[in-house]
Amino acid sequence: MEEQDKILQEVTSQEYKFGFVSDFESDSIPKGLNEDVIRTISAKKNEPEFMLQFRLDAYRKWLKMPIPDWAYLKIPPIDFQDIIYYSAPKKKPQYESLDEVDPDLIETFNKLGIPLEEQKVLAGVAVDAVIDSVSVKTTFKETLAEKGVIFCSFSEAVKEHPDLVKKYLGMSVPTSDNFFAALNSAVFSDGSFCYIPKGVRCPMELSTYFRINAAGTGQFERTLIVAEDDSYVSYLEGCTAPMRDENQLHAAVVEIIAMDRAEVKYSTVQNWYPGNKEGKGGVYNFVTKRGICRGESSKISWTQVETGSAITWKYPSVIMMGDNSVGEFNSVAVTNNHQQADTGTKMIHIGKNTKSTIVSKGISAGLSDNSYRGLVKVLPGAVNSRNFSQCDSLLLGSTCGAHTFPYIEVGNKSSIVEHEATTSKIGEDQIFYCNQRGISTEDAIGMIVNGYAKEVLNKLPMEFAVEAQKLLAISLEGSVG
Amino acid sequence: MTLTANKIALSEKYTELFHAHRSMLDAGSSSLLNRMRDIAIKRFEKTGIPGFKNENYKYTNLERVFDKDYRHILEYEQVDVDLNEAFRCDVPQLDTHVVLLVNGWYYAKNQPLQNLPKGVVVGSLKQVANEQPELVQEYLNRQAALSDDPIVALNTAFAQDGFFMHVPDHVVFEKPVQVINIMRSQDAIFATQRNLIVVGKNSQAKVIFCDHTMSSRDFLTNNVTEVFVGQDAVVDIYTVQNQNNQANSVNSSFFKQEANSNLLSSVATLHGGLIRNNLKVEMAGEHAEANLYGMSFTDKKQHVDNFTNIEHAQPNCLSNQVYKYVLDEDSVGAFAGRIHVVRDAQKTNAFQRNNNVLLTDSAKMNTKPQLIIDADDVKCSHGATIGQIDEEALFYLRARGIGEADARMMLMNAFAHEVVQNIRVEPLRDRIDELVEKRLRGELAYCHSCDRH
Repeated sequence: MEEQDKILQEVTSQEYKFGFVSDFESDSIPKGLNEDVIRTISAKKNEPEFMLQFRLDAYRKWLKMPIPDWAYLKIPPIDFQDIIYYSAPKKKPQYESLDEVDPDLIETFNKLGIPLEEQKVLAGVAVDAVIDSVSVKTTFKETLAEKGVIFCSFSEAVKEHPDLVKKYLGMSVPTSDNFFAALNSAVFSDGSFCYIPKGVRCPMELSTYFRINAAGTGQFERTLIVAEDDSYVSYLEGCTAPMRDENQLHAAVVEIIAMDRAEVKYSTVQNWYPGNKEGKGGVYNFVTKRGICRGESSKISWTQVETGSAITWKYPSVIMMGDNSVGEFNSVAVTNNHQQADTGTKMIHIGKNTKSTIVSKGISAGLSDNSYRGLVKVLPGAVNSRNFSQCDSLLLGSTCGAHTFPYIEVGNKSSIVEHEATTSKIGEDQIFYCNQRGISTEDAIGMIVNGYAKEVLNKLPMEFAVEAQKLLAISLEGSVG
Repeated sequence: MTLTANKIALSEKYTELFHAHRSMLDAGSSSLLNRMRDIAIKRFEKTGIPGFKNENYKYTNLERVFDKDYRHILEYEQVDVDLNEAFRCDVPQLDTHVVLLVNGWYYAKNQPLQNLPKGVVVGSLKQVANEQPELVQEYLNRQAALSDDPIVALNTAFAQDGFFMHVPDHVVFEKPVQVINIMRSQDAIFATQRNLIVVGKNSQAKVIFCDHTMSSRDFLTNNVTEVFVGQDAVVDIYTVQNQNNQANSVNSSFFKQEANSNLLSSVATLHGGLIRNNLKVEMAGEHAEANLYGMSFTDKKQHVDNFTNIEHAQPNCLSNQVYKYVLDEDSVGAFAGRIHVVRDAQKTNAFQRNNNVLLTDSAKMNTKPQLIIDADDVKCSHGATIGQIDEEALFYLRARGIGEADARMMLMNAFAHEVVQNIRVEPLRDRIDELVEKRLRGELAYCHSCDRH
């Protein structure tokens, strides 16, 4: 307690030392959360009545919920009244040229092979309009519009397609789902909306990649993807470059709805700021992601590469309602230093002949803790269902932890569920073999880890896979003694 | 809201019972038992009877069985049990020392055991605690007190009697001790039983627990067994649970293993109502080995939950768990296994497997294997499967002229045999094989030898 007070004192005195003045921009609201704040957010965004009701409903439910404490995580207390829930896009520090940017960051960019112009965008260097991601996005939009695909920001969707938003919002993640989803539903600022009409195969991979410097999506992001009958879309989220975000708490929600024979492929590379080597700072990432296979023979697959965040709390799930529907989850989660991750999936089999596959690869290094937590539930009506789960953990160093918490519930005799998990370290013989062939220990570990994660990385779209591979090596840098 | 109110009322029922009968519990019991009661009841009060919201009891709601009205057995009652009847539980070709416990109490008419090796003490916990407290003092409640399970605390608060065995250092106790737990009463009863087994350095011992009922009433037993396995010792504990389907029980076993010791625990659950087996193993010395097996055959509305927790506190230890379930009709099975490798417990090998066969659409299986690994140089794995009998194997047998029913039976026997074959006492292995086969054929209506219907 004393130490906390001391830190608090230091922080407060610092503010005064530098003559901190709270100069709220014209359209931001004070800290704290109450119904008035939610009304204000909704009013500022000119939202229709149903959105306000959705938010208020979520807020009232949120008030009654306790913070979940079941995860294998040490979550420091979060003061929800100490957060500004709506503010004008925060201006990131603007640099005149790349020379001013932290050299470490530049080095990381180079290792990832990110083109110079893009590096500038990511690092927050002022860029001229020609390569501005916004213009790139606009060109894409025209191609998409020809096919009838709607891909826009959430606020835009609320204004232009309120009927679609009203119909699908909250369908797979209801407001009362969990503490962080309820909070997100009450205060979400923006996000993406994607609608693929019947029979359309989306011609390109949709990505939020290009929006990174169009700030403002902020802490509480909301994504809604609807795939109508016989459609297909592959959606990429995130960015392999390190994001130096000041927001401590992120509570995002992603909803996917797949109708008859539709297929949605959702890939994420998450690389938020993980905090420094001593475990100070870093993003708390509490994400609710869920897809519903509403139609028969529909398919939803989640692929994720998690390397960032101080705390990751994330369980992308699939509810297989339609007969013959398929759910997939492929994950690589890397934790280093003081990072903590509790991630996994839920596969709920409701329809007949539904199939799901789970492949989870955890890699822990440093002082980190990495947990897999998953549920496979086969309801009595889900006859002939099939699940296969495999979760492997790799430990690098004796001070980290790898944990597995699978839950399997089966309610009929014709379903088959298999689960296997292993925990091990990189064999000394494997390293020796590489050393013998002139490969340094560090490179050898990188190679072995990549080979270990290959099964999942292969599921990523091409351009992501290459970067993700390099990212793995960077995340584990220095973890080998 | 009413649910919570119920839960509180239910827990209060047990604390009130404790306070009202405190003097009765203390009377005749050693101070070793009495001094633990206050802390234990407070610990119980904190959590109360665990409902399904308690993570450790997620798949087994104990409120349902604790809610019934029972007569509590708080002092020794004379129940007539024909010793010959009990002896029919005997395993053919297996010479054992037989000890009878009735409703959780050491049976007064037990004959003193003959020809025990020098220094071996077998008897009533209550009696030994009174007469030779030095044998009990160092061990009693040393493991159970560390548990956060409220049902274990409840046992400690009410504990008066049970089975006690002490094997001193350097003694090979060849002849197995068979403990027959019998429940017999004309009304619904609640019994508390506390067992303590201490096996010294470089010694060997085998104990067989047989749980039976001799009347078909509602029973609830709360058993706690603490086992201390000394350095270089070899200990086998076999349990056969075969009670009537209204007999519910919570059995918590604690094992503490010293260096180089070897433990085998095998639990066969045939008949019973709601059965929960908690099993905790602590590897307190290097190079210890634990083999834990369980099998469960359920039908009707049976509910069997095995909850294991293996703590690898020292390096170079080995643990191996295999649990198998066959679930028929409306029965529900649950398995939760946890392997915890603490920091620096390097070179640990820990394996766990749970295989289940569901025979009907109304049977249910919930499994929750867990690994918590804080050391890197380890080999740990767990696997869980839920499915049916392999159709290809079935086809193979049928193609060779074996009828479908027989082929299924053969495959099921083979499925169970993987667990049975690990039993290290041959006559007992044959006997359990036979019991399993009968159980699968449906010929075993309760235990065939103890059956009184």
